[in-house]
Amino acid sequence: MKKIHLQTPLSTKDIKKLSIGDTVFLSGKLFTARDQAHKKMLELKKKGKKIPFSPKEMVLYHAGPVVKKERNKWVIVSAGPTTSIRMESSESKFLSLFGVKMIIGKGGMGKETLKALKKTGAVYVHFTGGAGALAAKSIKKVEKVYFLEELGIPEAIWILEIEKFGPLIVTMDTKGNSFYEK
Amino acid sequence: MAKISKKNIEEILIEAIEKAETELPKDVIKALKKVADIEKGIAKIQMEAILENIKIASKEGIPMCQDTGIMTFYIQAGTEFKYLADLKKMLGNAVKRATKETPLRPNTVNPFTGENLGDNLGRNIPYISWDMVKGSECMIHILPKGGGSENMSALWMLAPGEGFAKAKKLIVGHIINAGGKPCPPTIAGIGIGGGADICMQLAKKSLLRKIGEHHREKKVAKMEKELFELINKTGVGPMGMGGATTVLDVHIEYAHRHPASFPVGLVLQCWANRRKVIKFEKNGSIKVI
Repeated sequence: MKKIHLQTPLSTKDIKKLSIGDTVFLSGKLFTARDQAHKKMLELKKKGKKIPFSPKEMVLYHAGPVVKKERNKWVIVSAGPTTSIRMESSESKFLSLFGVKMIIGKGGMGKETLKALKKTGAVYVHFTGGAGALAAKSIKKVEKVYFLEELGIPEAIWILEIEKFGPLIVTMDTKGNSFYEK
Repeated sequence: MAKISKKNIEEILIEAIEKAETELPKDVIKALKKVADIEKGIAKIQMEAILENIKIASKEGIPMCQDTGIMTFYIQAGTEFKYLADLKKMLGNAVKRATKETPLRPNTVNPFTGENLGDNLGRNIPYISWDMVKGSECMIHILPKGGGSENMSALWMLAPGEGFAKAKKLIVGHIINAGGKPCPPTIAGIGIGGGADICMQLAKKSLLRKIGEHHREKKVAKMEKELFELINKTGVGPMGMGGATTVLDVHIEYAHRHPASFPVGLVLQCWANRRKVIKFEKNGSIKVI
């Protein structure tokens, strides 16, 4: 059980080193995506349309934040993880299409995602459920928001700049191990 | 303590909603600290993150969890309470304004179209449960209920012959399967008897009790204790990461049942057991507890 600091964009080398039980603190960029955002991105891809940001360089965060607007700028007020298993039906496809190397969520994911993590070389890390204020403290900036009007605040895609975001516990790794299948 | 006037009731309601979202009741904080002390390893890391989180939330006045819930109010209203007729409207206004001012996450979505109007209002929401009593006082319990724990609710219509023995097995099995999803350590609210709707309502209403506050009937309190021990033996632990504490408490409420049925309802509340009580006293003052 190691304690590791990582910076996005994550390299394959960084990710392959991680094992179940390791604690990670993450800096760099992430994008939030819940049920509707997964659906939306897969739809765009299917239609051959462009995704307006580069998911590959960021980390995927299962979350729907509380936000406010201050002096015309979005600020994240509270942003803990949401239950990841809701995204199980689309996650394996999502991973292979978008090349995301790390998923942050809570409660873990199923067999299909575990297979996809191994295949694409990605990990799933657990963040403490409900720790919305703690998360917000590590979010330094809202870089952009996509599909806000169409999907509403919780379901929109928020691109966030983070610093020492965590503690994140590795619970599904690149070797096919899952904490949830013990 | 503030004096009541129609004008300031709404302000007090907004403040109470905000406090419910940003500060946990003392009994919950105490229980969470105790868990952090006894857990080890990854479970301890989870509990420390939770404690750090509630510290930041109360210090900065921000919602401790981004899922600020669906607003639920349990009202015990005196039939002579002066503002009885206006209360429903005032609560709606307060929710709408708190959504902007605290702010809260807009959580009410049309079930069919997915449309979110952004004000936490909607058909039958906020949900208000009314209980009429004699007198001019009024007590409002605020219970913002998150989706993650609510999704782990369950209802069983058992055969009376199977009774509580079967219910215990089902509840423990259900909590094992739920794992980290309802954000443990949770509070298990259990309703027994009545009917399908009644036992679910009793289960949720039992969450208004403080941690450590047991049923007034000794026999039921003993059942609560028994389930508390059984559930904590499962080892699910904080956030489902393994550990000694899966529930902070178990509360049971019951209603008499039909001889043919034995309804059992289970509603879990996440560790962020947000509750606030507003009391309108006889002498015209308001207390927020």
